[in-house]
Amino acid sequence: MTLASEKMISAENVHFSYDGKTEILKGITADIEKGQFVAVLGHNGSGKSTFARLINSILVPTEGKITVLGTDTSDEEKLYDIRRKVGMVFQNPDNQIVAAVVEEDVAFGLENTGVSPEEIRERVDEALKAVGMYEYRKHSPGMLSGGQKQRVAIAGIIAMRPECIVLDEPTSMLDPAGRKDVMNTIKKLCGSYGITVLLITHYMDEAVQADRVIVIDEGRVILDGVPKNVFSNVEILKKAGLDVPQVTELVFKLRKQGIDIDPDVLTEEECVNALASVLKEGKT
Amino acid sequence: MLKDITLGQYFPGESVIHKLDARVKLIITMLFVVMLFAANGVFSLSAGVIFLIIAYSLTKLSPSLVAKSIKPVVPVLLVTAVINIFFFEGNEIFRLGFISITDGGLKNSAFMLIRVIALIAGSSVLTYTTSPIELTAAIEKLLSPLKVFKFPVHELAMMMTIALRFIPTFIEETEKIISAQKARGADFETGSIRDRASAVVPVIVPLFISAFRRAEELALAMECRCYRGGEGRTRMKQMKAGPADAAALIITFAFLACVILIDRMN
Repeated sequence: MTLASEKMISAENVHFSYDGKTEILKGITADIEKGQFVAVLGHNGSGKSTFARLINSILVPTEGKITVLGTDTSDEEKLYDIRRKVGMVFQNPDNQIVAAVVEEDVAFGLENTGVSPEEIRERVDEALKAVGMYEYRKHSPGMLSGGQKQRVAIAGIIAMRPECIVLDEPTSMLDPAGRKDVMNTIKKLCGSYGITVLLITHYMDEAVQADRVIVIDEGRVILDGVPKNVFSNVEILKKAGLDVPQVTELVFKLRKQGIDIDPDVLTEEECVNALASVLKEGKT
Repeated sequence: MLKDITLGQYFPGESVIHKLDARVKLIITMLFVVMLFAANGVFSLSAGVIFLIIAYSLTKLSPSLVAKSIKPVVPVLLVTAVINIFFFEGNEIFRLGFISITDGGLKNSAFMLIRVIALIAGSSVLTYTTSPIELTAAIEKLLSPLKVFKFPVHELAMMMTIALRFIPTFIEETEKIISAQKARGADFETGSIRDRASAVVPVIVPLFISAFRRAEELALAMECRCYRGGEGRTRMKQMKAGPADAAALIITFAFLACVILIDRMN
């Protein structure tokens, strides 16, 4: 975090439309700093996935611009530079695994960029260990669970040593156990490896774990800040078609009933403690 | 039902055969095919079969796997074997009306049966012990001289890799679609052949739609991982043929020579 002020991604008044008529994104401005874990939240059709695709220039803004470490994403000559710096993990783990053996799939990106065989071997092992899939390196992806497949996909990206990973709803097709594994892996990426993480999601409990939450609705940023501040806007979130985390909802309702409880609690543990202290005060 | 199809599936392992160079294995398989069709006598064909048994036992894989890969083609094999019986001349040993069975017919159909089964088992040894990526890499290497004629060797290899990777995925998906259609009352088991054939349409259509969607997503994911064709690409696994590969080739040639010599001597 020594370069905390350096911008990883910078979006300036970004507009985007697929057909030139209906705008999906209507002016998004956001800076994402290096090393941050940012969650982008929005309901289906809010434009959050489109925003993700603009970052590694799968799509190019129709208006405004996005820069990745100072490089404009619309610069076609720099396309592969950007893609090497920004890795992307998609929703369906099946449709992003190319090879029929785990380790060979992790090597795919490195092979594409012409890394030497010895270094590929080293980086593949390292990436597989980082996501806890090293023992499965010789397995066929078909034999793995959804969560394991998604971790393999993540390993394939981190083997390329990107500066930033964009994950487009990586857990939406997984079971609860798989979701938990993938979330732990994502947090580890950011914490131990200092990779900037941009997590596109519609799960509140995932967004809560981020350093910062950006809420997108109808192509606009409606909320942006640390999870505590964002989730205290219960009414705005509900209007955007999003559920607030259960804890926040409970606190919100209690406060409406006139019970004085700390509005900033987010985790279950914090909530239990806050409730306990409220109850204690009530007794004395 | 569909899960029983094992042809083209890879079973990871550490056996001698697993460790052989994929190119060598591919060449050996081709030599084995030549061996089978060069063999015309009982002894020479047995030599070919012994070669197969040795190779298969070295893979340390369960023999039931071979049975599995042969099972789907058994009906076809039986029908062709029976037809073969009547189409070869020889000394008549049995006659019923106009049907005559000759020793030549019996011999030929038995040989054909053994050859085809050995052929399937032999190619199973190759695909069971060689990862599809190694296999396509081997094909790419062996075909690479064709690049001179602008033959798209890399593209072909990549297409094969992806096709092989998605076989299990599509089998699973087909099963899901069949279950879904059955749940809505679709009937796959009864009715005339025409009825049954048209019952397949509601399975094929969603399968194709899903295949196209998957292809689109996969292409995107590949592009995101900097894929841009074969140029400037490296490979994690370098193919190095070692002493074991040379030995395997020599043994294969020895067997082939034996097979041809045995036939010459008779």
